Amino acid sequence: MLSALRKSRWSPYVAGAGIGVLSWATFGLMGKALGASTSYVQAVGLLESLFAHDHVAHNAYYAKYLVDGNAIDWQMMLVIGLVLGAALSAWLGKSHEVERVPTLWAKRFGDSKPLRYAAAFVGGVLLLFGARLAGGCTSGHGISGTLQLAVGSWLFFVSFFAAGLATAFTLYGKEGRSHV
Amino acid sequence: MFNLDLFKFDTPAQLALGLVTGIVFGVLLQRARVTRYATIVGQFLWKDHTVIKTMLTAVAVGSVGVYAMHQMWDVPLHVKAAEILAVSVGGVIFGVGMALLGYCPGTGMAAIGEGSRHAIPGVIGMLTGAAIYAEVYPWFKAHVLPVANLGKVTFADITGVSIWVFVVALIVLASVVFYLLRNRGGKTGDKTTGTTHDVPTNAPHATA
Repeated sequence: MLSALRKSRWSPYVAGAGIGVLSWATFGLMGKALGASTSYVQAVGLLESLFAHDHVAHNAYYAKYLVDGNAIDWQMMLVIGLVLGAALSAWLGKSHEVERVPTLWAKRFGDSKPLRYAAAFVGGVLLLFGARLAGGCTSGHGISGTLQLAVGSWLFFVSFFAAGLATAFTLYGKEGRSHV
Repeated sequence: MFNLDLFKFDTPAQLALGLVTGIVFGVLLQRARVTRYATIVGQFLWKDHTVIKTMLTAVAVGSVGVYAMHQMWDVPLHVKAAEILAVSVGGVIFGVGMALLGYCPGTGMAAIGEGSRHAIPGVIGMLTGAAIYAEVYPWFKAHVLPVANLGKVTFADITGVSIWVFVVALIVLASVVFYLLRNRGGKTGDKTTGTTHDVPTNAPHATA
């Protein structure tokens, strides 16, 4: 057990089983399902409310999460915990890595930081827009939903995976595979 | 000055439980290395199968336990609505974004903890995407969300067959996928710190 904890990288089956058991705890003990994307709505809503309070309070979508519910809730803390947990794990496993422009990206698009950051920003916009339209992300649909054998969640899994494959091959082509 | 009345907090117990859950989740994601750009994009390039192996294991293990608890102790489920048009279009947009950013909303936060700097503009983009959706929501609510909305249904609900048939099918599916991918990689995306750290020889804290 201790030697496994010392290993910097775990088998995906071990880490995956751990996430499965974690979801037993969230469903069984906490009455919750793992998720992430709703917290971004709450966070940006709070930020916006500092400058345009009434606009946020009267926006139907924000109101669902910030007026009818508590913006700073179980899942918001989970999302903050993700940063802390990964930092702790990387520190203990000595696998902390400052990555500005990924090697794979640099080989295809050059090592320009502004270009990579712009692409990351655009990717982020699409990611959350898509997640909110679909009603969940890789956690809420991809793990919590599929484990409940929910019809919509399996549809989400198939849709995002197909689009991800198409996009990655469009960006990198077949030859990109040799740089992974 | 600032009106802070939307800064509403859940109970301290809920917040603490959420934080602990997130920390454990973050450790697991980082140890699986799905916090790396190369792992996620490598999956979409069908080269590194870490993402599929991690997710399918989580789902298969999670499914058995959650449905066992549901049956024995009436633990509530949290099924999301199957809004067919919204979920499929949203899923496609999400997939394009995920391949471009190299993270998803959960792993993006974990990636920041691991040291990724380009995940930061990614998270700012995600906040922006959430804000845009909040503005256009009324239109989608009127025209997209209701199209082919089956409601909060599982495969058992739409077929009338016991959920356990699908839980078993899921385990069989996962086993077949794992078998087919048995000799396919999962160690990429970790070039600098790779397997050398798996052997704690020169790590001074390893004996602590």
